[in-house]
Amino acid sequence: MTVETQPQFHVLAVDDSVLDRKLIERLLKTSSYQVTTVDSGTKALEFLGIQDENSENAASVSPHHQEVEVNLIITDYCMPGITGYDLLKKVKESSSLRDIPVVIMSSENIPSRISRCMEEGADEFFLKPVQLSDVSRLKPHILKKSVKCQDENQNQNKSVTTISSPTNNVSGNKRKATDDGICSERIRTRYSAGPVTIV
Amino acid sequence: MDYVHLRRQAASLRKGLFDQGYLDEQFYQLEDLQDDASPNFVEEVVTLFFRDSTRLMANIDQALDKCVKDFNKLDVYMQQLKGSCTSIGASRMKTECTAFRECCRDENIEGSHSLSILNLCMRSFQKIKREHSVLRQKLESYFQLLRQAGPVECATRPNK
Repeated sequence: MTVETQPQFHVLAVDDSVLDRKLIERLLKTSSYQVTTVDSGTKALEFLGIQDENSENAASVSPHHQEVEVNLIITDYCMPGITGYDLLKKVKESSSLRDIPVVIMSSENIPSRISRCMEEGADEFFLKPVQLSDVSRLKPHILKKSVKCQDENQNQNKSVTTISSPTNNVSGNKRKATDDGICSERIRTRYSAGPVTIV
Repeated sequence: MDYVHLRRQAASLRKGLFDQGYLDEQFYQLEDLQDDASPNFVEEVVTLFFRDSTRLMANIDQALDKCVKDFNKLDVYMQQLKGSCTSIGASRMKTECTAFRECCRDENIEGSHSLSILNLCMRSFQKIKREHSVLRQKLESYFQLLRQAGPVECATRPNK
């Protein structure tokens, strides 16, 4: 354990469960992160400064406007409205935000869900309940990205543009989010009971 | 003032909760997260749990009362409730939640009259309510004992 003072990294935690928000906040604070919690994907997008087309009162916030720097986003998968997967997608589609590492949490161990999230660019997938040992895995992702940004700044005198290169679409056969992303409908058909099966 | 005795009582109550399966290892995690910066963390989380679960259970009650045949909706509520149980380590309640969700599953519903499924759900739900009530009672006693026993200087956790 290092003793020297390090800059505090800021994590945005998204979960519709008030209980889980309290837990993740404590887990993160105990691990020396600065934490902001929000209870929905929509609020997360607002906080990040991404305009959400689906939101009824979408403020015309510039996509490059971000009040507070966010070093990592950790989000529940199953939420009413925008799911964690939708949030992940929107972050990765945003030129200004796509470098922010995103971690998905879920109470259900569904391999197809996990692989879909990883393919979309999630850096980790935690099964709930999240443990301190899970949170200890976050730092490398944050550091990796911050080093990458430093390099870019040095090399390119980077200015943010609206034309985003399709870095997300590395694998041409990325599956589109179909039914698994919908948590509140057709639940009956999505159980993965017994041995784990890959859909 | 026999604080030692009170503390021993609290420890015994706590041990019983684990031995009898009311709580699982996740509760240790909560205790681990309690420290000087957050000295009442466990009790706060537990309080939050009972508030949240009571709300969810009222929703389920309402849905069952109205003989709602939307088993998806019931399942969503139950998934949330189960999630909360998992988060604090409420093991017996979690088991009953799983049993409830089994009632709502495809295979059971196909070919069965939805009213009989509802009946199954209601009985399962009664079990959940009982576990909820017992757990609340025990945890309330536990925290009351802790409060009476007074603050300890460091988080002393008996052997797992």
